[in-house]
Amino acid sequence: MTASELLSRREVTSKLFRSKWGVGGIAILLALVSVSIYALVAIPLESNKEWSNPTYWQDYPKSVAPAWTNLGSGDRFVEHTILTSANAITSESISQGTKAVTYSWKIDYHYESYPSNIILDTTVTYSKQPILQLDIVRPDGKDFKLYYSTLPSPQSSSSTFSRRVTSDDAIMQASLKSHVGEFMCSVDAAKPRIMIFSDTQECRVLKGIYTVTETLYFFGDSDAVNDAKFILGGQVFGPMGTDDLGRDLSIGILWGAPVALFIGLVVAVVSTLIGLIYGVFAGFKGRHIDEGMMRINDIFYSLPFLPLLIILSVSIGRSIFLFVGFLVLFGWVGMAKISRSLALQIKNLQYVEAAKLMGESDTKIIFRHIIPQLLPITFASIALTVPAAILGEAALSFLGLGDPTIPTWGRILHDANSAGAAARGLWWWVMIPGLMIALTGVAFILIGNTLNTIVNPRSRIRVG
Amino acid sequence: MLFATLFITLGLLGPTFDKVLKGSIKDSVTETINQNPKLNSLSPAERNKVITTLMDEQIHNQGLDEPWFSPKRIYNTIFKVMALDLGRTTNTYQSSSGSSSIHDIILERLPRTVLLFGTATVITSAIGIYLGAFVAGREGSIWDKINSAFAVFSSGFPSWWLGMLMIILFAFSLRLFPAISLPQTLPTDPIYVFDLLYHMALPLITLVLIGFGSWSFTVRYFVILILGEDFIRAKRTAGIGERRILYSHALKNAAPPIFTSVALSLASSFGGAILAETVFSWPGMGLLYYEAIGNLDIPVLVGITYLSTLIFVITVFIVDLIYGYLDPRVKVSDGSGSES
Repeated sequence: MTASELLSRREVTSKLFRSKWGVGGIAILLALVSVSIYALVAIPLESNKEWSNPTYWQDYPKSVAPAWTNLGSGDRFVEHTILTSANAITSESISQGTKAVTYSWKIDYHYESYPSNIILDTTVTYSKQPILQLDIVRPDGKDFKLYYSTLPSPQSSSSTFSRRVTSDDAIMQASLKSHVGEFMCSVDAAKPRIMIFSDTQECRVLKGIYTVTETLYFFGDSDAVNDAKFILGGQVFGPMGTDDLGRDLSIGILWGAPVALFIGLVVAVVSTLIGLIYGVFAGFKGRHIDEGMMRINDIFYSLPFLPLLIILSVSIGRSIFLFVGFLVLFGWVGMAKISRSLALQIKNLQYVEAAKLMGESDTKIIFRHIIPQLLPITFASIALTVPAAILGEAALSFLGLGDPTIPTWGRILHDANSAGAAARGLWWWVMIPGLMIALTGVAFILIGNTLNTIVNPRSRIRVG
Repeated sequence: MLFATLFITLGLLGPTFDKVLKGSIKDSVTETINQNPKLNSLSPAERNKVITTLMDEQIHNQGLDEPWFSPKRIYNTIFKVMALDLGRTTNTYQSSSGSSSIHDIILERLPRTVLLFGTATVITSAIGIYLGAFVAGREGSIWDKINSAFAVFSSGFPSWWLGMLMIILFAFSLRLFPAISLPQTLPTDPIYVFDLLYHMALPLITLVLIGFGSWSFTVRYFVILILGEDFIRAKRTAGIGERRILYSHALKNAAPPIFTSVALSLASSFGGAILAETVFSWPGMGLLYYEAIGNLDIPVLVGITYLSTLIFVITVFIVDLIYGYLDPRVKVSDGSGSES
């Protein structure tokens, strides 16, 4: 076995890249690293902090499938669309002391079904009551005036007010009544979401470009619109769907990648190094020190891992940094056993004996002569410890003991399980985060096993 | 060894448990005082004084004024755990007979966990041992490669996630099994047993699926080691059939390490039980633990943790002893039998 430890680093790397499984593991790992970098750079930290704040997600649809489920079915479902003031064409005109501000959005409606809702959300600051008007121009040229109403009188000299007009609104339903006669097929003015998007000649969806125009008539000098949004409520949304609070799962799942890699790698590196030094020290010193140290090792080995982990996080605290500590506490044991048995062999080699005779200190022998020999197996062990750490954190989060400030894969699955997502068939909520955990685990196992086979040919743990 | 492990568990939990116990003493003392009409006329300062005196008295009586590592406390706790006197829950849990003693609740839940995980371990090990020996005899074949790949993938999977996928597939899409594994009938009902088995099917399938890959992998490892030994070559030369060598001689000789892993995986399955029972709402110890986390019911958490540590440590001890009998090469007296 010792001869194999003398493999140079270059040999190990080249063998790793020549192995099919090793390359597969590295490819998955690279993909995960790019996802993590993308998440850290592209997704604002703010949405990460807002993960537990339901009002932040109120514009998002609840429990809907990812948008790509439409692909095979020819746009069967409406994709949930949030149009902000940045997407709108705005214009402003003043006539006879009245300022008219318009926001207009174009929607390319090419779906086979009706939207689940339409929502207009406006925030304005005013000193005199303004008028809010909503128009929709359909592809067939018909212009429906959906809403025309004054906003409440201002509380003080200048107050900010938000109005949310949905398709359940009584004014909208009343104003649509005058158009009912234009339809050949019977339509219900009480269901604007269906009537607005219906064909007048046949009983089906009218596809094409819809133009939504919001106009606000202001009578005060400094009155202005703060924000305007138009939301087309749909049945599919985003690359990974949403959960039952309307949270965009892609944000949580992308953020989970750097968190999982951080926990996995830090725990693996720290615990393997502790185990390595502990084991080598015990093996090198031998006799009573070895005996005593290995007894401590045995005790840690026989502790029930998950229950103690749970107790620790209940009694001490929940943050990913603490989790790293807890996982290290249990993670070093295996490596200590392996490195001790290898140190027992190496310490009897002639060059170690020679170093001893030359009067080198124990610390120097351990760090200069023994540990460098064990580096390849250390890397294999690090790679094999990562999945255990990630699964440990995921299990804790799954039990509801995760860090409450960060969305992790385990936490998303915890929410899914408490909401009964599996029994309700919300597959995207369960499958995608779990798949990420499994992919990460498998990537490191592949790399670790390949490394293990290379540095330790006697071990039969090999794949393919 | 057993005591050392219990000692570490105590060290990790002791301070928290003390806090909880003192809190509950304070609550009970305050309540008794509030119900005592004689003390109602006292001024707040005097009342507080009475409360503190009574509390100190009780804390002293239970030995809580000493730190958790004092010999008296340790002796008491270990004795209590051994006698399964685990205290009462701080919550509304009850066993079906209405008792709130943790001892009773655990005794009610334990058989269900043992039923599920015992059955799963038996099925998994049966499949795993046969499959492991099968692929060991065909080292390097396509079966061997598929089996190894399966073992690698299944060890990277969270088993509880597979459980959720099983619920989507079998309970939601196919509607074959119920998603919640709590039997609908009463234990006194004659069809209860069938109901229980029907509800157990889905968690059982999941546990077997996730388990047998790594099982057969372990068995394969040990059997291949044995197949490389001289006595097997001697038997081959003597003309004994390959099948007989594989399933009878090699497997028999690989039995001690395999037995060790069966016993240890059974004893440590409690960690997996927490997750699996949570996913399937199987009313065993694991689900009890999960519910206790949600309600921060520390006495239940601590009680179950002590108990599962105890079970695990005792199993390790027994395995060490039996190993000596199974494998005559290992002497029991050197105390480190399980190292192979």
